[in-house]
Amino acid sequence: MSVGPSEPRAGAEHGDQHLGTEGEYLTQDSVEEEFLPDGGVVPQVAVDVAEVDPALADPETVAHLVAPDRRIATEVGGALLQMDAVTMRFGGLVALDAVSFEIKRGEILGLIGPNGAGKTTCFNTMTGVYRPTSGQVVFDGRPIGAIKRNQITRLGIARTFQNIRLFSDMTALENVVVGTDARHRTSVPGALVRSRRHRAEERDALERGMALLEFVGIGRRATQQARNLPYGDQRRLEIARALATEPKLLCLDEPAAGFNPTEKAELMDLIRKIRDDGYTVLLIEHDMRLVMGVTDRIVVLEFGRKIADGLPAEVASDPAVVAAYLGVPDDATA
Amino acid sequence: MTTTTATVTAPAAPHLGVGDRLRLWWDTLPRPAQWGIGVPGLVLLALLPVLRLPVLTTVGTDFGTVMAQFAMYALLAIGLNVVVGSAGLLDLGYVGFYAIGAYTVGLLTSPDSPWNQTDTWLPKQWGWLLAVPIAILITAVSGLILGSPTLRLRGDYLAIVTLGFGEIVRLLADNLDNITGGGRGLSQIAYPQVATSAARPTGIFSAGNATPPWNAGLWWYWVSLALIVVALLFVGNLERSRVGRAWVAIREDEDAAEIMGVPTFKFKLWAFVIGASIGGLSGALYAGQVQFVAPTTFNVINSMLFLCAVIVGGQGNKLGVIVGAFIIVYLPNFFLGRTSLLGIPINGNDIANYKYLFFGLALMTLMIFRPQGLFPARQKLLALGRGMYQAARRATLALADGTADPAPERAEGGAR
Repeated sequence: MSVGPSEPRAGAEHGDQHLGTEGEYLTQDSVEEEFLPDGGVVPQVAVDVAEVDPALADPETVAHLVAPDRRIATEVGGALLQMDAVTMRFGGLVALDAVSFEIKRGEILGLIGPNGAGKTTCFNTMTGVYRPTSGQVVFDGRPIGAIKRNQITRLGIARTFQNIRLFSDMTALENVVVGTDARHRTSVPGALVRSRRHRAEERDALERGMALLEFVGIGRRATQQARNLPYGDQRRLEIARALATEPKLLCLDEPAAGFNPTEKAELMDLIRKIRDDGYTVLLIEHDMRLVMGVTDRIVVLEFGRKIADGLPAEVASDPAVVAAYLGVPDDATA
Repeated sequence: MTTTTATVTAPAAPHLGVGDRLRLWWDTLPRPAQWGIGVPGLVLLALLPVLRLPVLTTVGTDFGTVMAQFAMYALLAIGLNVVVGSAGLLDLGYVGFYAIGAYTVGLLTSPDSPWNQTDTWLPKQWGWLLAVPIAILITAVSGLILGSPTLRLRGDYLAIVTLGFGEIVRLLADNLDNITGGGRGLSQIAYPQVATSAARPTGIFSAGNATPPWNAGLWWYWVSLALIVVALLFVGNLERSRVGRAWVAIREDEDAAEIMGVPTFKFKLWAFVIGASIGGLSGALYAGQVQFVAPTTFNVINSMLFLCAVIVGGQGNKLGVIVGAFIIVYLPNFFLGRTSLLGIPINGNDIANYKYLFFGLALMTLMIFRPQGLFPARQKLLALGRGMYQAARRATLALADGTADPAPERAEGGAR
């Protein structure tokens, strides 16, 4: 099935879904227009991708462009990222307490836990936002303790944000192209004189950017400003932007927040598709059906400690996890 | 269900104002047509001081000189726009770079300066021309020196530090009596002595060439205009590249940019250095035109005036800020010496003297009704995205005119 935005949004009748329903979209659009009398006038229409780049009409080409050509030291199935007794303290608060686990290359790892369990802190230590108080994070054979955040991205860890943080003034395509720039090296001198490398990189950026937008299903929205995109498409755009940095590990921070069941199903398909393209995925998510359905392995945190680590079925029946998080097992699939 | 989806994906036909329509029309023109309109337009702009249209020409001051000042301010606005408009770094001390550019030329070529080089290795006629690249280099380095410690600061803190920088430069110029001449300033700064004739013994660029319309103001206006075109080409190339995208990403969300792999500090520093060198170039032009520099020209209020040009014109729009510069330079001069306007008797000199009051009121009005500036244009950030932008614009125009299917659905292809 397609994850394209033209898909009829079934499931809007579910009363418990407050975001991402049709009504919400319409109000969101009209609100934008009210507050931005002309901010978004220019390209608020769909663009035919095939008109701009006929090659992208072919799904094979898109898939080929999306799948990156990276050198990864770790074997498939080996530990791509290791959390090695990572402790993170904020003053008196211990957000992470000697957490150790590993993410194997080629898998989808779920990281779950109740609110405040330390999931996002864990995420932030991996992506260099925080430096661990003690312990270390080893990525693809290298400890990332003293590496700058932008260089960690170039090493191959990309992430999305729980609260969407797109560059809202830019178009969808430009957002993705910022991601592709992580692999480019043109600086001021090259851009001033439009050097050969600059032009080659621009071509690559445009091609890969459009291909990635097609891949996540929002190619038609390429020239719309990110702030004017519907909520679900903004989430997809975040994923496309992260993929554009050609990561070895893609970290998704609650990508299904505010999604209705149809959108969640589409997202599960997308995540599997990303894994099948050769990415390793770390998924933080609250929705248990999504986590159970898509992950290969699950790590459970509670109060900064790891309380379980195993296959989805094992974790779901683990008494400690049930007590801490899942409640009555029947609810897990609700 | 599908019809509902169509309304969801495509908002109602956009209401296009005259400006939006004009911009869309311009953007959909093929490139030769754009040149065909742009070049004659530029020539017309360059010939304004020669034509001296009665409605435009100033009465209190020489129109050519006003246009020369406008062109130098426009250059400043382009440079400041890189820092403030693109990268979103609020720089309140931009006048400092203008001063450094002007004083560098002054110190190298004025006989009042202890570091005067025109007696030794700089030839008298070409002293100014040789001093200009040195001035640009020195302002670029000063941008680097100011930027490397301060660009770790954000928002208001950066604004305060740059404000301090602007004042420091002016106070140094005012107090280093032995070097800068203090409040007396530096006089007899070199200018290009070219095209000397019996009628103009000191050449066309000399302040002595004062008979309009072919006076020094006009020639400096033309030189500045040519440099504006060069600066626009360079800045445009930067905007439509990894550099420009990094700047806008930093402006929008610096942390997210860093996490997406943008070396934010490096590109902020570049923005500062490029802005500074354009400001220095403008200062060097100013020093050559007036042939005199003094500290009062570089008051902090001028920083605000430059910022005003950028904000009025529309932050981020490099053509818009040129219009902004025109407004802040031309309007006070328009009123200067005018005793009546459209038959109504006015005291033009008073209006010109209260320019800061009027600019303040205008800025407040603008912030309330049009906070994005007069010409808010989105920057184009892709060097090769022309086809993409044009496809979108054609679709928007068609949608506005009601000649198109609101959402041209393509057969579902995509990745699968």
